Amino acid sequence: MLKINNLHKQYPGGDLALEGINLELKKGEIAAVIGPSGAGKSTLIRCINRLVESTAGEIILEDQDINQLSKKELKEKRRKMGMIFQEYALVERLTVMENVLSGRLGYLSFWRAWLRRFPQKDINQAYQLLERLGLKDHLNKRADHLSGGQRQRVGIARALIQNPDLLLVDEPTASLDPKTARQIMRLITEMARERELAALINIHDVLLAREYVSRIIGMRKGKIVFDGSPADLNKETLTTIYGKEDWNNFKNKDQENSASEGGNDLADREKRKLQLAASSSN
Amino acid sequence: MLTERSENYSWQRPHLIKSKNKRIIIYFLVLAYLIFTFISLEIDPQRILLGLSRSQKYFADFFRPDFISRGESIMDGIIESLTMTYVATIFGIIISIPFAFGAAENISPKPIYFLSRAVIVISRSFQEVVIAIFFVVVIGFGPMAGVLTLTFSSIGFLAKLLAEEIEDIDWSQVEAVKATGASWPQLMTYAILPQILPRFIGLAVYRLDINFRASAVIGVVGAGGIGTTLNAAFDRYEFDSASAILIVMIAIVLLGELFSSFIRKKLK
Amino acid sequence: MPKNDYNWQLKGRVRILREILFWAAGIWLFIYCWNIISARTMWPFVYDGAEQASKLLMRMFPPNWPYFLNLIRPIWDTITIATLGTIAAILLSLFVAFLAAENTSPHPILRQLALLIIVTSRSVSSLIWAIILVIILGPGVLAGIIAISLRSVGFVSKLLYESIEEIDKEQVEAVEATGASKFSTLIYSVVPQVFPSFVGTAVYRWDINIRESTVVGLVGAGGIGLQLNEAILGLKWPDAIIIFMMILSLVLFSELFSAKIRKILI
Ligand SMILES: Nc1ncnc2c1ncn2[C@@H]1O[C@H](COP(=O)(O)OP(=O)(O)OP(=O)(O)O)[C@@H](O)[C@H]1O
Ligand SMILES: [Mg+2]
Repeated sequence: MLKINNLHKQYPGGDLALEGINLELKKGEIAAVIGPSGAGKSTLIRCINRLVESTAGEIILEDQDINQLSKKELKEKRRKMGMIFQEYALVERLTVMENVLSGRLGYLSFWRAWLRRFPQKDINQAYQLLERLGLKDHLNKRADHLSGGQRQRVGIARALIQNPDLLLVDEPTASLDPKTARQIMRLITEMARERELAALINIHDVLLAREYVSRIIGMRKGKIVFDGSPADLNKETLTTIYGKEDWNNFKNKDQENSASEGGNDLADREKRKLQLAASSSN
Repeated sequence: MLTERSENYSWQRPHLIKSKNKRIIIYFLVLAYLIFTFISLEIDPQRILLGLSRSQKYFADFFRPDFISRGESIMDGIIESLTMTYVATIFGIIISIPFAFGAAENISPKPIYFLSRAVIVISRSFQEVVIAIFFVVVIGFGPMAGVLTLTFSSIGFLAKLLAEEIEDIDWSQVEAVKATGASWPQLMTYAILPQILPRFIGLAVYRLDINFRASAVIGVVGAGGIGTTLNAAFDRYEFDSASAILIVMIAIVLLGELFSSFIRKKLK
Repeated sequence: MPKNDYNWQLKGRVRILREILFWAAGIWLFIYCWNIISARTMWPFVYDGAEQASKLLMRMFPPNWPYFLNLIRPIWDTITIATLGTIAAILLSLFVAFLAAENTSPHPILRQLALLIIVTSRSVSSLIWAIILVIILGPGVLAGIIAISLRSVGFVSKLLYESIEEIDKEQVEAVEATGASKFSTLIYSVVPQVFPSFVGTAVYRWDINIRESTVVGLVGAGGIGLQLNEAILGLKWPDAIIIFMMILSLVLFSELFSAKIRKILI
């Protein structure tokens, strides 16, 4: 359903963020995108719904090249793509319900949007989603009065109420504690599977990715350097993604930085996973 | 998963005013007020039409600003305005400081507190023009009445805001310096001034800006400055000169704004 | 070590020198300005000022209390001028601020135009707008309302567009990403973010406008200024003091009222 051909993105500042990305995602397929900071993960996701305009290449969603769409067509296409953000990106001064319903704005006339007159069907669906996500006691709370995990659930509901075909998820767990992070990751993947949504999930936590997702895409410096199943992730492949072998090479500062990050991260997470496995019984 | 259920949920955005009756009463009152005031406006469409057709010539003049014919008096008025502004702001700063300390609730004894607050309230309540009328009556026409006016209204403004700043002083910092055995002037320079000075300078620059704008109106009642020139131009229906004066004023305000944003950046 | 000390002192000296120059320039400018003003001042009048002032105050007593009844309508008009003027300014400034904010402006030329409107409105006081409008529209409350709103548009727009420029971009993107139209995005992501500061600004401006609308009457644009003018030109000081007291209580009332409103709305 989603096919990306030779996608390039160069930011005005001159940063080459994506360099020839080729990627295919089938209906109902969930893939995690991992890679060091600055690899271009966010850029890739934002190019797909054109929050960022790519500079070359094609993004074909259901037989249409997204880059060729007119403004109006793009809006229609965006209704079919739900996005979940790292910092939740909820409109803080609106209530939970308003935030969730804002996922239906693409289908609403201006006047109805202004007056908050959402169709009964949308309201029902919002209720059901919030009930499912354990938020039904917080419907009329303002978004900035929620905890991080609750906010991300609202973010998930907002994306799902769009009834999308594709979920774009940018580091959904990076601002959460380990336990909440697992719950959120489980919710996203579970609900995507139920609805047979394709999903692209950026994530820093390799172990979480491994646990919940059957396909892993590794990015480094704007290129895809790994694409396979979690079982294929081993020391060598991780090294190609995070550059661990350069650890002691002080000549190249960039690589040294990402290497030490990746390396320490992995060791830490391995330990934490053991602890979690030992402590969590739910 | 999401099978359509038969039951319907209802949802409405929570209202700012919770009780429905209260809401209706408030809407009704607001509406009634607006209707009533509209009726009390007594707009006379004929007079407006007449005025509009008569003022076509004035409008045309407005778009042909004339800096030359009254060039000298414009120049003179601007210089007078600028000098009034500067002198009055300096006076205002100096005089407002004791009032600010007097009006800071946490350090000032009650009688002094109430006295300072009274001065501040009176200074802030009257528009500059009203104060200018008073001073013109008392000491006659001219820029000195303007200086006194602007000084008096600066005092209320600066003292009030500075007093708030003083009330917010972090006393633990002051205690810390005191603990080193510092003398009173040392205490001021090391513990109190650093906490209030940046904001005070910002306020003073802001007030300089306000005073310049005000200096252009108090001339209308005879307190000197560019306002006198402007009023004369309006009295003679010289809209081309008036337009020139307004343009010069706008330019100066713009320059002042650049200057104050420069200062503010420096302070940060 | 000693070398470092020396360097530090040198730096300090340059700074001190600069500061002394700065202060000297400031003081010189003050003296220069003061001389200009002093040359244009009739000093005997100024020396006489304190006595004049006390005489004036004496003449105000006893206040002409019944005159208060004549002021009810002017006070009502003054409040009307401030309120309707502020409402008109708010409606206009929604538009102007939207054009002026870098992140919502449809076109750079429109943005410059909006900025020009803002600076023009801010530079010219309501009294001057009132003079112009009285010539055009004739004397009356309407001229006052328009004068107040023309002066306030710039103020409200400036604060509003600055807060629009400070909004969190991601909240906007999130709504945009759902496929919402430009207008819906505006309502759902920009408006909620700027609402509190906008309400604060509007109420604050209303408070200022009460003060401003007490003087537009001096040039015929309605409100209590008209009575003030009459009282002073006619040397009716016992009336004037009543007017001053009314202005004072009106302003104090508006300050309390706006503080209350702000508390409720934000
Ligand atoms: N708006 C922008 N303007 C210019 N350069 C940008 C912009 N956004 C990202 N970049 C650059 O593009 C590259 C990729 O950034 P991107 O945010 O996609 O990385 P990422 O993989 O998501 O990193 P992280 O894991 O830290 O979120 C980086 O070098 C970054 O500096
Ligand atoms: Mg990122």
